Amino acid sequence: IHFVLLISRQGKVRLTKWYSPYTQKERTKIMVMNAQLAQVIRELSGLILARGPKLCNFVEWRDLKVVYRRYASLYFCMCISQDDNELEILEVIHYYVEILDRYFGSVCELDLIFNFHKAYYILDELLIAGELQESSKKTVARLIAAQDSLIETAKEQSGSISNMIVQATK
Amino acid sequence: MALSGMRGLSVFISDIRNCQNKEQERLRVDKELGNIRTRFKNEKGLTPYEKKKYVWKMLYIYMLGYDVDFGHMEAVSLISAPKYPEKQVGYIVTSSLLNENHDFLRLAINTVRNDIIGRNETFQCLALTLVGNIGGREFAESLAPDVQKLLISSSCRPLVRKKAALCLLRLYRKNPDVVNVDGWSDRMAQLLDERDLGVLTSSMSLLVALVANNHEAYWSCLPKCVKALERLARNQDIPQEYTYYGIPSPWLQVKTMRALQYFPTIEDPNTRRSLFEVLQRILMGTDVVKNVNKNNASHAVLFEALALVMHLDAEKEMMSQCVALLGKFIAVREPNIRYLGLENMTRMLMVTDVQDIIKRHQAQIITSLKDPDISIRRRALDLLYGMCDVSNAKDIVEELLQYLSTADFAMREELSLKAAILAEKFAPDLSWYVDVILQLIDKAGDFVSDDIWFRVVQFVTNNEDLQPYAAVKAREYLDKPAIHETMVKVSAYILGEYSHLLARRPGCSPKEIFSIIHEKLPTVSTSTIPILLSTYAKILMHTQPSDPELQNQIWAIFRKYESCIDAEIQQRAVEYFALSSKGAALMDIMAEMPKFPERQSALIKKAEDTEADTAEQSALKLRAQQQTSNALVVTDQRPANGTPPVSELRLVKVPSMSNVDHSSADHGVTQENGTLTVVDPQPPEPSADLLSDLLGPLAIEGPPGSAVQSERNLVPGTEGVPNAEDALAIAPVGEQTNTVQPIGNIAERFQALGLKDSGVLYEDPYIQIGIKAEWRAHQGRLVLFLGNKNTSPLVSVQAVILPPSHLKMELSLVPDTIPPRAQVQCPLEVINLRPSRDVAVLDFSYQFGTHVNVKLRLPAVLNKFLQPVSVSAEEFFPQWRSLSGPPLKLQEVVRGVRPMSLAEMANLFNSFRLIVCPGLDPNANNLVASTTFYSESTRAMLCLIRIETDPADRTQLRMTVASGEPTLTFELKEFIKEQLVSIPTVSRGPAPPPPPPPPPTSAPAALSDPGAMLAGLLH
Repeated sequence: IHFVLLISRQGKVRLTKWYSPYTQKERTKIMVMNAQLAQVIRELSGLILARGPKLCNFVEWRDLKVVYRRYASLYFCMCISQDDNELEILEVIHYYVEILDRYFGSVCELDLIFNFHKAYYILDELLIAGELQESSKKTVARLIAAQDSLIETAKEQSGSISNMIVQATK
Repeated sequence: MALSGMRGLSVFISDIRNCQNKEQERLRVDKELGNIRTRFKNEKGLTPYEKKKYVWKMLYIYMLGYDVDFGHMEAVSLISAPKYPEKQVGYIVTSSLLNENHDFLRLAINTVRNDIIGRNETFQCLALTLVGNIGGREFAESLAPDVQKLLISSSCRPLVRKKAALCLLRLYRKNPDVVNVDGWSDRMAQLLDERDLGVLTSSMSLLVALVANNHEAYWSCLPKCVKALERLARNQDIPQEYTYYGIPSPWLQVKTMRALQYFPTIEDPNTRRSLFEVLQRILMGTDVVKNVNKNNASHAVLFEALALVMHLDAEKEMMSQCVALLGKFIAVREPNIRYLGLENMTRMLMVTDVQDIIKRHQAQIITSLKDPDISIRRRALDLLYGMCDVSNAKDIVEELLQYLSTADFAMREELSLKAAILAEKFAPDLSWYVDVILQLIDKAGDFVSDDIWFRVVQFVTNNEDLQPYAAVKAREYLDKPAIHETMVKVSAYILGEYSHLLARRPGCSPKEIFSIIHEKLPTVSTSTIPILLSTYAKILMHTQPSDPELQNQIWAIFRKYESCIDAEIQQRAVEYFALSSKGAALMDIMAEMPKFPERQSALIKKAEDTEADTAEQSALKLRAQQQTSNALVVTDQRPANGTPPVSELRLVKVPSMSNVDHSSADHGVTQENGTLTVVDPQPPEPSADLLSDLLGPLAIEGPPGSAVQSERNLVPGTEGVPNAEDALAIAPVGEQTNTVQPIGNIAERFQALGLKDSGVLYEDPYIQIGIKAEWRAHQGRLVLFLGNKNTSPLVSVQAVILPPSHLKMELSLVPDTIPPRAQVQCPLEVINLRPSRDVAVLDFSYQFGTHVNVKLRLPAVLNKFLQPVSVSAEEFFPQWRSLSGPPLKLQEVVRGVRPMSLAEMANLFNSFRLIVCPGLDPNANNLVASTTFYSESTRAMLCLIRIETDPADRTQLRMTVASGEPTLTFELKEFIKEQLVSIPTVSRGPAPPPPPPPPPTSAPAALSDPGAMLAGLLH
């Protein structure tokens, strides 16, 4: 997988994750990079959003392919090479959606807008280097829960310390 | 949304959502960026919570597509925070915000390494994820051994090991030369015994990358893969949580089969047998079910199994099973399956013996050509193209032609090229071929390249039987009310040559032919008028006895064009007029065109070269071959490196003595003209010129053209190189004001034009700017073709050339308005005054709804003024020694060279007309090249180049350049360097040696300089 892209029906970006830095030129020109990525996104949303409902889930784009799937108002897109297995990726998308769904409890676009950072955490548990690392939903859920609890504990600790400071300075 | 737990962040996101338009959004974002910037400046006051919040906001803003050019340091610094929440944010934001070459990443390497080798499991995971997602070369160098240790450590838990496997995969994939995998085959084999399926999945991905590079070392893994696949396919001992809709990890199954496809074959009969059993089971046991996810997952496995079966060259029976299965798929309602059915059937064409079975599905495939989904239509077109042969060419090509009238704009060019190639390759008879091409031009003239119509003219000229037929057809098309300009060219040419064969038919008297052709003259562009003039002259010659009325008409036209501003037209008008007043003498000079020497079709050559290229590759991956052959339509012309196959020449009835014919015709003309000169004190041009004149503008690869051709053929495989490298390139940013997006990559187009002399310089939805160039010594003539793609005019067209000081450039008048669907040609004369690498810029603008302005670099670059010359040792060494040192001879050690083999380098040099002279340097690692440079100040000047490479380190080399002129030596040296170190820099100002490509951090500063800004935009 070269990159993952979540866009809304209106063409708003909800998540992007790039696994291969784009070209030689961009590597030397970090300043320009985001603008160029934005260009990719514009191009793709034009291609994908224009497609009707009963077409296949694959779009050929430049010399790559984009596998996409629509869930309500959100399009999940993953870009792969010509010779990768398209259906496999289509189900990676669904697998990701199922995990999001389980985590947020019937996920909706708003959840992903306001918790885009969570969407990033979860994606990182699923994919590294653009490859699937774990195919058990249970395991992923467990790892995410463990991370959340680590954060919670840290918050409580700092909360109690700041309480103490507040107390002490009264 | 309490989950986010950060009020400030939620508020910001809400604000953005409430923005009514893009402008408001930008204002809100700018305000926030300003806020974050101030907060970061007084960093001391920031709590970890605030820091986290701001860093998230930055990522959000970045995600919306805005540039975030500060605060990277803060994100990176969070990585070294002691507590998990901050560290986590630091890692995630860094890996999304920065790319692998960002300088700040270097600062983090140590922290990341400490986390990886530390004892804290969660920290390990974070660090491995970052490296796995954006780790570059430096990470590979310092971390690969540590990551390898984690992967095989028995004390690590699966969650760390699976991340380690993928992290290693990334490092290896990006820098196979840095990550040492010697002796890894045993460890990989061990890893394949892993019980934890998460670790096994990741390890399998790693194995795929390893075997893709070198399968030899990993034979021991092969039986293990088969075992794992068996276990999965039979669902033995697979934990419930690893089944997906009842299918044991479909992803792992797919990966395992993918790994198996990298082994050329399976020797061991037992392993082979068990694998085929499993595959058979998958092929036969996959049913269509209601649940779409289950269906997708099981078919993902099925299609991978199909690919593996194809790869292993199974028995014919199993292959026909596969084709039958695919035949079923291409007819189902599910569009995904239909798409994949077509795609895999195309791959199947590579397997011998199944073509006939595939042909049975032809009707269904043709139906798919009308599918509502363009993805499916594309696959169908590819498949039809691949499966076409003599037996079904008529049907397929006629389908393609029919489809052409309704096809999407985006597909027409590909479609017409494919149809033309198939028609030529597999024509059952030649008249059919002529029909097809004329129909093509009629239906999609805009998409028919010159190659296609040149070719049909060649066929007609070389086949006498065909001539009357072609003339009849051409005449018929002229009756149509509005015909494409290309059709005017072809029919005028053919009728000029052969209309006398039709003279007895109704409507075909010379007069009628003339008037119907002449009707078209007001509608055509300047490039067509010369052809029409030739046609008139030929008609006049064929009219025997002569018809004074017709003669007067035609003479009037010649006279009218005698003062034409276009030199080509003017010359023809003058000459034809003079010649045609000579009466009988005209007969011989205007005689029918001689037969063309046999040559391979330029179109088919394109196709074959791509195929030949692939054949040279390991031939292991059918898939890879497939990819390239699909790409043939878009490839630029590549040099031939195979002999033309007989099949394609067979089409032409070989003329008994084509070459002799040609030269004797030449001879005859010269003699004839000799007599003319005696008779007439004011002779026209020497006749040899006249003949080439007739040939020249038509460019049907007459002798001068073919000489150029063969020159270009000396440079194998070069044009592909930059393209391949930039395959992923993203079109550069245009000017901010432009709302019109260019089609294709401007920088790539410019680079390609550096190597060839015609092609597209720029294209957007409204206009296409093509360029054609001829170079002779220090002079050049470029023609800009401005084509309006719309049905309404483009107005306020302006083209201004901003020439660098070393080029004298003169652009002819560019019209203010380009009529709908018209093409305007603007010649541009170039004179090279002195050596320089500076580049001329075309400032081009037009109005179509909005105002569009682009600045385009013109391919009048240094190497265009080079002429290849190869020198012998006797010539080389005295010269080399006489140019003894600076400033005539300069030496430099170049680092950061993009690694390439010596042969590749030689190709690169040849492609820039620096001709490599093999054998001159006794050291096989060195390379010596020579060329002649032309400019007004230097005249012709010999340049000598020597490259000494280090086989142990391909990234550096020593280069010595010598010539008789200091600036030339310097400029040429810099030019070569630019080509070697892969980062094209736009040079500005001749004098100071340009610094190495500026570090990215300096970019903002450089942007304040207008020259730099322009250069930046052009990249």
